[in-house]
Amino acid sequence: MSRPRSIRRGQALAGWTFVSPTLVVLGLFLAVPVLMALWVSFTDWNGRGSPFASGIGFVGADNYRELVGEQGGLTRSDFMTSLRNNFFYVLLVVPLQTAFALFLALVLNQRMLRAVGFFRTAFYFPSVVSSVAISLVFLFLFSGGGVVNSMLDAIGVDGPTWFNDSRGLLHLVGDGLGLWNASDPPGALADNGVLGLSWWAWLSGPSVALSVIIMLVIWTTAGTFMLMFLAALQDLPLEVEEAARIDGAGRWGVFRNVTLPHLKPTMLLVTTLGLIGTWQVFDQVYVMTQGGPGKSTLTPAYLSYAYAFENQKWGIAAAMAFVLFLIIFAMTSFQRFLFRDKDAIATKRAAKRTKRDRARVTAGGAA
Amino acid sequence: MSTSSSNAKPMVRDRTALWLFLAYAVLLFFAFIYLYPFVVQVTTSFKTNSDAVANPLSPTADPFTLSAFQRLFDTDFPLWAVNSVIVTVLVTVGRVFLCSLAGYALARIKFRGRGAVFTALLAVMAVPGVILLIPKFLVLNYLGIYNTYPALVLPLLVDAAGVFIMKQFFETIPESVEEAARIDGASTFRIFWSVVLPMARPALILLTILSFQGSWNELPHFLIASQDPDLFTLTKGVGTLTSGQLGSGQQYPISMAAALLMTIPVAIVFFVFQKYLVRGGTAGAEKG
Repeated sequence: MSRPRSIRRGQALAGWTFVSPTLVVLGLFLAVPVLMALWVSFTDWNGRGSPFASGIGFVGADNYRELVGEQGGLTRSDFMTSLRNNFFYVLLVVPLQTAFALFLALVLNQRMLRAVGFFRTAFYFPSVVSSVAISLVFLFLFSGGGVVNSMLDAIGVDGPTWFNDSRGLLHLVGDGLGLWNASDPPGALADNGVLGLSWWAWLSGPSVALSVIIMLVIWTTAGTFMLMFLAALQDLPLEVEEAARIDGAGRWGVFRNVTLPHLKPTMLLVTTLGLIGTWQVFDQVYVMTQGGPGKSTLTPAYLSYAYAFENQKWGIAAAMAFVLFLIIFAMTSFQRFLFRDKDAIATKRAAKRTKRDRARVTAGGAA
Repeated sequence: MSTSSSNAKPMVRDRTALWLFLAYAVLLFFAFIYLYPFVVQVTTSFKTNSDAVANPLSPTADPFTLSAFQRLFDTDFPLWAVNSVIVTVLVTVGRVFLCSLAGYALARIKFRGRGAVFTALLAVMAVPGVILLIPKFLVLNYLGIYNTYPALVLPLLVDAAGVFIMKQFFETIPESVEEAARIDGASTFRIFWSVVLPMARPALILLTILSFQGSWNELPHFLIASQDPDLFTLTKGVGTLTSGQLGSGQQYPISMAAALLMTIPVAIVFFVFQKYLVRGGTAGAEKG
């Protein structure tokens, strides 16, 4: 009977040999780096020499305090500005790209539609193209005298100088509605604030420049999410929809009560991927705006990069990265909580209760 | 009775036709929005600087010129292209091999600790890539490989999502196939290499495309892994074009030419292997 054991040992050896390159690479370039960066975020390392050398000062939570505390000054207001920008960016991109992708998938899923392949390809293609190439194209499209402004000009609209325009959209909308004067903000908002920014600054909305990046990202990413929705829609048996139609449900009723519930898992996937992706926006900012104009396209990911590699403030930059990580983790957890399946939880609880009852019964029987 | 039913039918058909018409109108509108930027990119790259600025909407280049491409080749663009090819080939080959190895082990080989390895892999997939920029630089620097080719390639060699895709595929292959080979006395690696891998063609192609596309389009990792101009890849080189030597003037044709040339390889791969991507492309999606 020694054969099975030697086979098992051989299997164990093979198993570990097969996964070891993967484990080494992931450990060396993922696990170890995160621990190193965590250490650096508690030091004043300036990028020269080893961060573990004896001369490196351990500063405790000072770097984190500089990001959120009173003494932060410019660092804090930069970081808060980047969080504000990214918040408005996420607030617009995630719902819009999800809705747009779902819309495209629903239209493409119509029966009797021809040339589905052509449209699907057209909408998905930007997803495979480098973000650098797309950013360059959008720089040209939205330049002062570029394609978009020429088109707007043709219909009599005077387009903005997109990438030089740091005005916030909410400020502009409020101004347009006569709520306030954007060039002379109400004192109550402009003179008070929190975390180093005035209320007026917090409530700016995305700047005109940032909204170009928002449009770019929705345009690029919607194709991938459209494919996910399409795959899910094709799993929905036609008979189910037809049965609902026969029962007298209208198009909207079928969509609300049949299609949408069926798409819930895909919706969770799409919004989760969207949240994770949008909080990390970096490439477009690096290529197109470098955080400008007026810091209105600064994002935490780009700010952290710039602080480390341009200003050599490694401790603060590492701390920013960890705060960003916490934000992403909190957001996705909260969102999973929102999407939690109430029915499944109820069934699980009921099952647990029956199990407990049964256990009590058998225990009682044994006694 | 009979009249009412024959009346109802054309009405239903009319409504269906109306819906279909609306659907086509919507799709054509968005197809224009999706394709037009690429049309602009192609035509502008053959324009002169002044023509590009004066007639951005014109679909024809007047005069037609290759000067943007000529000037592009006077920069380090060819060097960046060579670097991109080297890095992409190494990363793709490495990723496909290592991800299949690990995916096979996790799907089929019974060994103690397999569950723990898989859990660790899932945890890794949850770490957002951008927060790793500084950490990765720290390790590359510490290992003394900052500013070298290995720094560009090694950290990209494994992709947890790729392992995941391969594992899922291997689980669909019937076990009986391997058993026959095992009874013949073939080693585990032999079974993996000559029996299972050839059956995994669709998954291998999908992983090849995703790895190719991922490493060809990668920007942040190349930014932090080196600063030596000899090691610039296309994304890094072209990305800094705009802020550097060519960003000042209105030199749109040259940046459009650069964008066009770096898009061509992924476009070819995309159109040749599209069916694999559309079926499985969503499996590895992580782009923002």
